[in-house]
Amino acid sequence: MNIQDKPRPGANGSGGRRRPPRTPKGRQVDPQALSEIQALLTDKPRRRDLLIEHLHLIQDQYGHLSAAHLAALAAEMKMALTEVYEVATFYAHFDVVKEGELPPPPVTVRVCDSLSCAMAGTERLLKELPGKLGRGIRVVRAPCMGACDRAPVCAVGHLQTFNASAEKVAADVKANKHPRAWHPNVDFAAYQKAGGYALLRECLAGKRAPDDLIKIASDAAVRGLGGAGFPTGRKWALVRAEPAPRMFAVNADEGEPGTFKDRYYLERDPHRFIEGALIAAWVVDAKETYIYIRDEYPELRLMLLVAIEKVENANLSPHTKLHLRRGAGAYICGEESAMIESIEGKRGLPRHRPPYVAQVGLFGRPTLEQNVETLFWIREVVEKGAAWFTSQGRRGSKGLRSFSVSGRVKNPGVKLAPAGVTVRELIDEFCGGMQDGHQFKGYLPGGASGGILPASMADIPLDFGTLEKYGCFVGSHAVVILSDKDDMKAAALNLMKFFEDESCGQCTPCRAGTEKAAKLMAKGPWNVKLLEELSATMRDASICGLGQAAPNPLLCVLKYFPDELSKPLGSW
Amino acid sequence: MTAGNGKSKSVKFTLDGKEVVALEGETIWQVAKRHGTNIPHLCYSPEPGYRADGNCRACMVEIEGERVLAASCIRKPTEGMKVKAVSDRAKTARQMVFELLISDQPDRKTAARDPQSKFWAWADRMNIATSRFPAHGKPPADRSHPAMAVNLDACIQCNLCVRACREVQVNDVIGMAGRGHGEKIVFDFDDPMGASTCVACGECVQACPTGALMPATLVNDKNVRTGFPNREVHSVCPYCGVGCQLTYHIKNDKLLYVTGKNGPANQNRLCVKGRFGFDYVHNPQRLTKPMIRRDGVPKVPHEYIDPTNPWTHFREATWDEALDRAAAGLKKIRDRDGSKALAGFGSAKCSNEEAYLFQKLVRAGFGTNNVDHCTRLCHASSVAALLEGVGSGAVSATFNEVKNSDVIIVIGANPTENHPVAATFFKQAAKRGAKLVVMDPRGQALKRHAWRMMQFKNGADVAMLNAMLNVIVTEKLYDQQYIQTYVEGFGPFSESIKEFTPEEMAPICGIPADILREVARTYARAESAIIFWGMGVSQHTHGTDNARCLIALSLITGQIGRPGTGLHPLRGQNNVQGASDAGLIPMFFPDYKSVENAEIRAKVENVWNAKLDTKKGLTVVEIMDAVHADVIKGMYILGENPAMSDPDLNHAREALAHLEHLVVQDLFLTETAVYADVFLPASAWPEKDGTVTNTNRQVQMGRQALPLPGDAKPDWWITQELARRIGLKWNYKHPGEVYAEMASLMPSLDNISWDRVERESAVTYPADAPDKPGRDVVFDKGFPRPGGFGKLVAAKLQPPAETPDHEFPFILTTGRQLEHWHTGAMTRRATVLDALEPAAVASLSRGTFAKLGIKPGDMVRVTTRRGEVELNSRQDDGVPDGVVFIPFAFVEAAANILTNPALDPFGKIPEFKFCAAKVEPVATRQVAAE
Repeated sequence: MNIQDKPRPGANGSGGRRRPPRTPKGRQVDPQALSEIQALLTDKPRRRDLLIEHLHLIQDQYGHLSAAHLAALAAEMKMALTEVYEVATFYAHFDVVKEGELPPPPVTVRVCDSLSCAMAGTERLLKELPGKLGRGIRVVRAPCMGACDRAPVCAVGHLQTFNASAEKVAADVKANKHPRAWHPNVDFAAYQKAGGYALLRECLAGKRAPDDLIKIASDAAVRGLGGAGFPTGRKWALVRAEPAPRMFAVNADEGEPGTFKDRYYLERDPHRFIEGALIAAWVVDAKETYIYIRDEYPELRLMLLVAIEKVENANLSPHTKLHLRRGAGAYICGEESAMIESIEGKRGLPRHRPPYVAQVGLFGRPTLEQNVETLFWIREVVEKGAAWFTSQGRRGSKGLRSFSVSGRVKNPGVKLAPAGVTVRELIDEFCGGMQDGHQFKGYLPGGASGGILPASMADIPLDFGTLEKYGCFVGSHAVVILSDKDDMKAAALNLMKFFEDESCGQCTPCRAGTEKAAKLMAKGPWNVKLLEELSATMRDASICGLGQAAPNPLLCVLKYFPDELSKPLGSW
Repeated sequence: MTAGNGKSKSVKFTLDGKEVVALEGETIWQVAKRHGTNIPHLCYSPEPGYRADGNCRACMVEIEGERVLAASCIRKPTEGMKVKAVSDRAKTARQMVFELLISDQPDRKTAARDPQSKFWAWADRMNIATSRFPAHGKPPADRSHPAMAVNLDACIQCNLCVRACREVQVNDVIGMAGRGHGEKIVFDFDDPMGASTCVACGECVQACPTGALMPATLVNDKNVRTGFPNREVHSVCPYCGVGCQLTYHIKNDKLLYVTGKNGPANQNRLCVKGRFGFDYVHNPQRLTKPMIRRDGVPKVPHEYIDPTNPWTHFREATWDEALDRAAAGLKKIRDRDGSKALAGFGSAKCSNEEAYLFQKLVRAGFGTNNVDHCTRLCHASSVAALLEGVGSGAVSATFNEVKNSDVIIVIGANPTENHPVAATFFKQAAKRGAKLVVMDPRGQALKRHAWRMMQFKNGADVAMLNAMLNVIVTEKLYDQQYIQTYVEGFGPFSESIKEFTPEEMAPICGIPADILREVARTYARAESAIIFWGMGVSQHTHGTDNARCLIALSLITGQIGRPGTGLHPLRGQNNVQGASDAGLIPMFFPDYKSVENAEIRAKVENVWNAKLDTKKGLTVVEIMDAVHADVIKGMYILGENPAMSDPDLNHAREALAHLEHLVVQDLFLTETAVYADVFLPASAWPEKDGTVTNTNRQVQMGRQALPLPGDAKPDWWITQELARRIGLKWNYKHPGEVYAEMASLMPSLDNISWDRVERESAVTYPADAPDKPGRDVVFDKGFPRPGGFGKLVAAKLQPPAETPDHEFPFILTTGRQLEHWHTGAMTRRATVLDALEPAAVASLSRGTFAKLGIKPGDMVRVTTRRGEVELNSRQDDGVPDGVVFIPFAFVEAAANILTNPALDPFGKIPEFKFCAAKVEPVATRQVAAE
């Protein structure tokens, strides 16, 4: 009885012929991919904040993130496709491969192109490596890997080759090593034996009061050593005053080009840091402690996993649950609120302030956030007393600072020096002077964002607050020494490109500003007026410190190296 | 916003040297705006639902004592703050932001995507036309979607479309991928929009400030906007029961595009139908002349007439001739065979006034209560249970009340497809942390947002719900005090529920006992819990029982009558609530007053000045049966399409062909109009004035936006002309007069005059006073039943009327799709909707595909005891093995050829959701759709 072969009512009366879609809208979940993802996640929670952790599992296992796996992961985590995709594409260490695209070769060699490495031969490596390594190996640029004292650096997989040459990298590629847990100089047993964790035990046993520790930290003028220098005692008091539950986030995402001090301490004496962290969690009564470590330090991450297990087994963390979270290649996640976003499994976009993270931080709770080195000093300051710490320092500054020195000095490395030391003292007293054949010309007092000063200003004390009047800051105390062999415009361009690559993209002045500035700086002659106008807006109107500080090196070159402007752009 | 609320905490600060007051929660931008300073803004939208994001930095202001500038859209002032919005420093930064953005825009003069966009309007106002910066690469256009043009070369990464898609509509398709200057708006995995999971709600288009996202109808072949409206009209959407307010943008009397308006139900949101589904009014198949069937052309069941060429069967007529002929035929039957030989189907797509007039014509003119409409096929069973249990068929709370709910149960409804804008509020509530429980045999988009998804066995509703009731009763989770005050029948009810233990019900309904327990406890213990349901509950032979269980859940736990609680059957048609309220049903006068109550009847007879039928009339399916039985011989059908919407279409179409006299009033030559003796060309919704009542009990004003095409007339006018010709002395000059008479018979509309609806655009009933807003939540002090008690009615297990067997091993279930409305008369003639879903599909599981040995897209034949259809297959992971789902909008494979006309004994609703079927591969590639 059915009437066949009849036209349907058509939009234009002619009756279309399009066939209906064979599935519901969009990409469907492939059952095979889904079972692979389920096998990989086992019984791990499917919570959204674990998205980046889960993406790592896939990337580690398959060498890339296929669209099929991402769709399956989204389904498994009850997330939308786009929620997974936008996170996966934000972080440099994830390779998203869509249907029909070729996955990357199994081995990736990352060549650090940040300033210290660039000065030591990045471009030469980038030229030589593809030929030397042959097909099947991917060679890409990457930002600072925290080994600037051993420049140039490459990472094979995520294992680093120091003082790299094409030959050394080729050998490491061939050796095909995988990251293993780092063996620290001082392990758990040795640390305990030498009195470690006694202070923590006293705290936990109620023999000390949080207020006492806050007082000691305040008296000792301990400051946050991630770069901002916020007084630690005050931070503790502020967070403690916020309503519970409070969170604690530890920033081990050391990424400021030229900085490698956190790595230095973690490699040598990690339990000193962990004890500091557990004490800080106790001071602010944070029941959850998240340690966010950059993906560039895989051996340290594995080491921390072991160390945390030991600490937990020794019942040293009854007051707080320790979580270790893995970055995925994003400098911006060193910014405190971006790091919180990343711990929550999202793209690392800095938040607006107010509210400050002390009030509304991780998972919306009041949060203490501290840098590795800050925590590293807690035990010693408490044990030796505030007076001991404040007695260190020169020219009115108080305390000790760990300077990451790299560039054209004889003996680069982490230099524990008095706060207020000058760069001339650092070079001469701590680094054995300039490399042979190099004449001191200028320096970065505080990493990529701290500006560039000329040799003529080598006697300024280096500390929080001493450099701001020169348009600079000491930040994470990453000092890069430049010589007459280095072109200042090229240095500034290298740094601007770094910011361009690492800008999260959230706000216009930083996203477009870094890109336009790099374009303008790459072609000569520099349009000084336009660059100055642009810099003013980047400083004034960017959401976070990245965009606000990105023009610092550029402005310093304009201000302190005017003679360079007429020269053609140099290179290494 | 708390503006005008004197109690809120306010803050004094200085803005450009002037002391101003910020109300609690206000940002600097908002205060500045109130004081006449319109600070430039791009990523900030002051529209409801849009969180300030502060990313574009176009609204920077200077705050004394702060190192850097602040984004005024997101920054809240503090006491004593000194803000400078017009300082040089702030202005310079704002200008630089525009200059940076302009450098990457298409050329202003030749290629600006939308030269009148907010972006260019601000740039013009700030006098910035060019940029000194080099541009970066431009992404190509994406024209993969039929509804929207994507030109990301105009994108400024402001993120408004992401918030539109993710936070406002919660469709979660658009994302911001990559980072830095590589940051990019993407659909899913950076897929073409047309290949993505995009549901084309168009919220992003409405939000985009640059023209990077625009309705496709506005742009030329170079992707530059050329369409600009010259007037706009505010109205309400004609599709579903959500009742979204909207604005038509019109150019030269043609609809150019539609935007959402801030109505109480939709808060500016629309779905694909409401935004992109309007060009059916301009479709060339639109009939604009009255027609009379040619002499001697027989009515052949299932005959198909090309809707573009009705002249094989009809001839043109004048209105007078057509109306005379239409009325004469009806009158002849009435006078010869009596009133019982006539019947009328009105429409839930027309206005309240038209519904009122229609039922008045049938009752007072035809002299019968044989008047019904598609509510019979939708929520008749729900209404039966609600009238029995709580004394009112309307919802107890608006769906927007989910904002106050901790637990939300959605059962037998697929709101992302069928009530898309209501679904956005459910998804938002789930995001906020409310526990969303979805109960449905089919997986659906809400599943991802659900705290618990209970994919129970088709037809096993009562088993599942009784198990939950059992848990609540045996574990004493009920609200003793509430029951004592407001509920009757608890004793016998709790006795009868005892046998339905979760353990015994689990194998029947397919939900494990511990889940049944957990959900029951969660619902009962919730601070405020609400239940929504749809056709999955009602369209069963046990539909009334299903609804009784839901009512019992809410009554024994006291989850009703408070904010965030209640019972809400999601109404299907835009005016199914209003049409039912207006009496377009065989057993009730307006406001559900029984036609069999002599006292009431006398009152109505007095107002209408007519003698009325004393017995309730026949329902939709019963009327078709009566035609077959030669009892009913003449019908007047307005805007309904029983030749597509009735169950067992062979039976229904034969009935229509069998009628002696059929008058059809519609826009197109529908499958029903094929059998007409007289066709009367009616008005589309945007072509007339009238009120409609949505699922929330909100009476809203529809306004004429377009002139009537050709000789088409407003439906109320046509009905009146027919009434006059069969002897009624009507003389309504405007729908407002009809409304006044209708409201006089409807206490529910007290305090809601036509003028008030016209003024406020929407008024919720009941309203306590002419100047007081209506009540979102009712039953706060008991129920409109004797003693104020709600009544518990126990339900027993009862299998569907026809269960799978060896010959018909599949379960066929029918329903709708997002893109197509009802029988497709409107939506299949809307270009975008037709392009998105061009033909009939049968959705099957992967398991079924494997079993049949076919691939997705292959043709299948679906057969039941009543007929067969051939159609394309679709692989849908939401469909369980052994189930086939077919939407009923497609004439070429009409699902209702297959459905079972067995009726629920109380609501008289057919069992559209369950019958036994056979699914087979079609060997050759003969496409039935051609």
